[in-house]
Amino acid sequence: MAEPKIVVRGLNKVFQRKNDELVVLQDVDLTVAAGEFVCLLGPSGCGKSTLMNIIGGFETATSGTVTIDGAPVEGPDSRRVFVFQEYGVFPWASVWDNVALGLRKLGRDEQHDRIQHYIDLVGLKGFEKTYPSELSGGMRQRVAVARALAVKPDVVFMDEPLGALDSLTRLKMRAELLRIWQEEGMTILFVTHDVEESMQLADRVVVMSPRPGRIAEIVPIVAPHPREIDAPEYAETKARLYRLLGVTHSF
Amino acid sequence: MRYELWPFITVALAATVFFGSRLLKERAQQIVLPLATFAVFVSFWQFGCDLKKYELRDPATGTVKLLEVFPTPGQTALELGRMLQDGTLLRYTVASLYRVAIGFGLAVLIGTPLGLWMGWSTRAFRAVNPLAQGLRPISPIAWIPVAILWFGVEDASAIFLIFIATIFPIVTGAYTAVHSIPSVYVRSARNFGLERTELFRYVVFPASLPQIIGSLRLALGIAWMVIVAAEMIAVQSGLGYVITDARNGNNYARVCGAMVCLGVLGILLDLGMRQLQKLDEVRWGFSNVA
Repeated sequence: MAEPKIVVRGLNKVFQRKNDELVVLQDVDLTVAAGEFVCLLGPSGCGKSTLMNIIGGFETATSGTVTIDGAPVEGPDSRRVFVFQEYGVFPWASVWDNVALGLRKLGRDEQHDRIQHYIDLVGLKGFEKTYPSELSGGMRQRVAVARALAVKPDVVFMDEPLGALDSLTRLKMRAELLRIWQEEGMTILFVTHDVEESMQLADRVVVMSPRPGRIAEIVPIVAPHPREIDAPEYAETKARLYRLLGVTHSF
Repeated sequence: MRYELWPFITVALAATVFFGSRLLKERAQQIVLPLATFAVFVSFWQFGCDLKKYELRDPATGTVKLLEVFPTPGQTALELGRMLQDGTLLRYTVASLYRVAIGFGLAVLIGTPLGLWMGWSTRAFRAVNPLAQGLRPISPIAWIPVAILWFGVEDASAIFLIFIATIFPIVTGAYTAVHSIPSVYVRSARNFGLERTELFRYVVFPASLPQIIGSLRLALGIAWMVIVAAEMIAVQSGLGYVITDARNGNNYARVCGAMVCLGVLGILLDLGMRQLQKLDEVRWGFSNVA
């Protein structure tokens, strides 16, 4: 394995409620290599988003440590960028200005080139002056991706980024995402509850079990892209993932 | 004749237009339908005037005339024409608009930053909001004696009243706008390293702008109502003054003329505010605006 990028050790997260405590994450250990594409797979409420929020520095753990490049995570950082399910694309700014958000400190020319490059990369050439409300859901998600990638992050956190898209657009966006990942080589942590999505994208699938959220198993998917996940050689992995999620795969 | 015929014909025509308008294109409907309703309103106005008439006998000739107690639409239009000719309409309209512009402008300049600050800082909100909510329900009319005491029967009195009437809706609108910014925007911005002034400039302000403009529109409507009350008592000019002055002279056509003028200008002011909502930077917040 390549050098570890993200190291999570003995992580616990407990929410205090009125009369009791809710254990959201219990004893989570996870190591993610640099340049790896890791999917966190699990049913809703299993703590996968919480785990990613802690790794990204948006929430704090009750106990345990998270280090990235050997340094403990102390808060959000523009080297590690989130893409949210609800995008977080600013409706008051054009596509161009949205992508420019993280590039305020660059010189004019470099900023200009960088913005254009990433707008082109996500296939939004010609939409630079368009406002998000005039774009489709898929295009808005591309703006979020371009905005995240434009700061050349080491790590991209994606919290069900394709969840709100229709199934066809979702398939297209998966392929785009893989292409961009292969071009840019960053580490991706990707939360999903979709088994096939995780199989299509991930080097390793981290399956989580709910209440308290813990890692049930880590399933490597060793196959080159693009993957025909309906092919017979994937059947066993698919059945295993479904079984881990508590679903008997009988359809 | 006691009753004018045209209101009945107009109402019948308007009804025909209303039921026939489904055949018209949308653009034509937008013009024809409001005109029809307007015509019905004027017809009812005329009909109402015809209901109550009194007899006036000319002592010289002995002929009896039937006169309306309340000014008819026609008499009002004539009076408006006279006001336009002798210059009172323009002079007093400008006077009212000037006071509203200054009072409302001051309220925007002070209220918007104050509201944004209260929206962003929990401590500012806790400190200022109880007082603001206590002052807000006091009717601007209750401030009239205070205004006269402080500023005399001058422009400043009316301006102060407009200010008092509009600042609270503006402040409330601004902090409510900040409070309702979806957290995903702030989180995204923080993720890209935006803090303090940058966060404010790139996120907090643009994100709350549509709601702020909405509350400014509301506040300007309030200002336009309050100016009449203010001018009736606190100054000696303006459209509000025209109304009291005309009433004292028993010239009800002039009262109605001033009211028509207030209505028309109110529409124009709101139209102006609605243009603001069409800007690219805020249009996203008004998906339902035609």
